[in-house]
Amino acid sequence: MEEDIDTRKINNSFLRDHSYATEADIISTVEFNHTGELLATGDKGGRVVIFQREQESKNQVHRRGEYNVYSTFQSHEPEFDYLKSLEIEEKINKIRWLPQQNAAYFLLSTNDKTVKLWKVSERDKRPEGYNLKDEEGRLRDPATITSLRVPVLRPMDLMVEAAPRRVFANAHTYHINSISVNSDYETYMSADDLRINLWNFEITNQSFSILSWGPRTGWLERRVLSSFQPHQCRNLYLLSYPKHLLAWHHQQAQPRVFEEPEDPSNRSFFSEIISSISDVKFSHSGRYIMTRDYLTVKVWDLNMENRPIETYQVHDYLRSKLCSLYENDCIFDKFECVWNGSDSVIMTGSYNNFFRMFDRNTKRDVTLEASRENSKPRAILKPRKVCVGGKRRKDEISVDSLDFSKKILHTAWHPSENIIAVAATNNLYIFQDKVN
Amino acid sequence: MFARGLKRKCAEDDEAAAVPAYSLQRQSLLDMSLVKLQLCHMLVEPNLCRSVLIANTVRQIREEMTQDGSWRVAAPQAAERAPLDRLVSTELLCRSAQAGAPGPASGNPAAELCAGPTAQAPGGPSSSVDEGADPRGDRGSFQKSLDQIFETLESKSPGCVDELLADVDSSYYDLDAVLTGMVGSAQSAHDGLEALPPPAAPAGAGCRSDLGEPDHVVEILVET
Repeated sequence: MEEDIDTRKINNSFLRDHSYATEADIISTVEFNHTGELLATGDKGGRVVIFQREQESKNQVHRRGEYNVYSTFQSHEPEFDYLKSLEIEEKINKIRWLPQQNAAYFLLSTNDKTVKLWKVSERDKRPEGYNLKDEEGRLRDPATITSLRVPVLRPMDLMVEAAPRRVFANAHTYHINSISVNSDYETYMSADDLRINLWNFEITNQSFSILSWGPRTGWLERRVLSSFQPHQCRNLYLLSYPKHLLAWHHQQAQPRVFEEPEDPSNRSFFSEIISSISDVKFSHSGRYIMTRDYLTVKVWDLNMENRPIETYQVHDYLRSKLCSLYENDCIFDKFECVWNGSDSVIMTGSYNNFFRMFDRNTKRDVTLEASRENSKPRAILKPRKVCVGGKRRKDEISVDSLDFSKKILHTAWHPSENIIAVAATNNLYIFQDKVN
Repeated sequence: MFARGLKRKCAEDDEAAAVPAYSLQRQSLLDMSLVKLQLCHMLVEPNLCRSVLIANTVRQIREEMTQDGSWRVAAPQAAERAPLDRLVSTELLCRSAQAGAPGPASGNPAAELCAGPTAQAPGGPSSSVDEGADPRGDRGSFQKSLDQIFETLESKSPGCVDELLADVDSSYYDLDAVLTGMVGSAQSAHDGLEALPPPAAPAGAGCRSDLGEPDHVVEILVET
C-alpha cells in the first residue's frame, strides 16, 4: 500500500530500545534535560525517577547510549488541607530542569500546591583518616591521640544524592499546572488555573502575582488558564484558555489572541470542551506555537492570529463518540504535544497506548503503539491503523475496541536526537531512531 | 450510549419523531452534567478547568432549552420530589446565596458549590435519571435554582478581547518595570524585589492567596 511506504519513510525506523516498568504508579510527567543526557519522570505517588544516558563506548557499539536509572527520590508526600478538609495529592504535575551550571543537577518539581527545587549530585569520594573519629565513626578519646594526620579523599562507589534545596509553598489556591524557568535563571513562574506567580529561587516565602483572576468571576466563566509557557528569549508568555490562545509580551498592554473561527456545521454541546487547549509549546525556533486540543494538533505562526497554519487530526474517529467520552470523563483528558529538535516533526499521544507523529514537511503521519505485547526489544515499531468503518483489515483495530484506559498523555523528545520517551500509564518507553 | 454526539437542531425540524429523542438526549446530558458537578464531594479538590467546562455545558443546554421554550418552571410537586433533586436544588441555592458575598473563607468556588449537605440520596447519583417519574415536574425545582444561578452571571460574548481581559488583574502591568529589570538581568533581580512593598500577610504566612480578602489586598498593594 502506498500509505505503508509513506509511513515507513518517516520513522518506521524507531526501535524499542529500553523499557523501564515502574513498580506502582502512573507516570504523570516526562522531561529531558537541556542536553538530553538526563530524563526525569514524575509519578502519581510523588516520586521522581531520573534516567541517565550511558556514555557510548567503543567496546559495545550496539548499545548506543541506553538510559539507565540514575536516581530515585520521593519529591512530594500527600498532604491534608485542614482548612478545606481536602487531600492534596502528591502527584507530580511538572518537572523542569535548570540549565547545568556546575557538577550538580537542579530541577523543579511540583504537585498541585507546592514547588520544590531539588539538587541531584554525585559523590564518588569520601574522606578517610580523621583524627577524632575512628574508621567506624566512633569518637576517639583525645588522650589517646599522639599524632595528627590530614584526612585524605579516597574513591568510593558512586552515590547519587537528591536533596531538597527550596520549598515554595502556599501561593496557589488552585492546582498548579505548569512551571517555567525564566531566561535569567534566577526566577521562575508557576501557574494554576487562575493565577501566575513569579518566584525568585532564593526567596521561598514570597511570590508575586503576575496575572490573576478573582475567584468570584473566574469560576463559572469561560476563561480558565490551562497552561502557559514563557518563551526563553523573547519574554513572550503564552496563556491558553479553553478555546483561546493568548500571546503576551510583558511590555504590551494587550495580549494577542489566537483564535480560529468556529465551524458552525460542527457545533455541538461538546464543541467548547473539545476545542479547549490542553497543551501549548513554542517551537525550538521560537517562530511557531503548537496547541493541542482534544481531537487535533494545530501549529500557529506567531505572526498570524486568525487561524493556524497547520492542523493535524489526531483521532478524528472519536468525534462521533463524544457523548460517551463525556460520560466517562475521557473528554477531559489533557494530552501533551512535543516538537522534535529541528521542529520538523510533532508528536502527541492518543488512546489504546497509541501515539502519533506528524512530519510537517512531508505531511505524512504515523500511528505507533507503546506496549510490550506488540513490540520486542530492538524491534522496529510497526505502524498501527484504526479502522473507522467498513471492513476491518487484518492488522487494523476498530474504534470500539480501543482501550480508553490506556492513554498516552505525556511524551518527550530529546532536544537534539531522535530519541523519544513515551509514558504509557505506569510504563516508560524509550524509542531511538535506528542509525545505519 | 449514544450513537453520535449531540448536535443542535432547528426548532422547525420536520422529523417529529427525532425531536423528542433529541430532547431526551439533551435532558440526559443535562442530568449527567449536574451529577458531575455534584460529584465534587471528593477527597481531593476538584479540577477547576473541568468544573468550568461542565458548568458551561450546562449553561449552553439551558440557553438552548430556553430558546426552544422547553425550559419551563413547572408547578413544583412539593410532596413527591426525589431526594436527590432536593439535594441538588439545595446546593444550587446555597451557591446563589453566596454568589453576591465576598470571597468566603475557603476561597475555592468549587468547594463553595459543594458546601451543602454531604449525605447522598439513597439511590445514589443514578437516581437522578429516573425514567419512572415525570421528568418535567421533578426537574422544575432545580431548573428554577439554575435560573437563579445563571442570573447572577454576566453573559459575555466570546471572542472579544476586551471582555476576555475585563477581569485581568492590572497588577501585571504595574510590575512591568520590575519585570523588565528582573528578567535578563541578574543584578537587578534582587533590587527589583526589594523595591516593592512587602505583602500584607504576617511574616510566616507568605503570600497566602487562598483567602478572598488577602487576594484583594495583595493586588492593591502591588498596584501602588
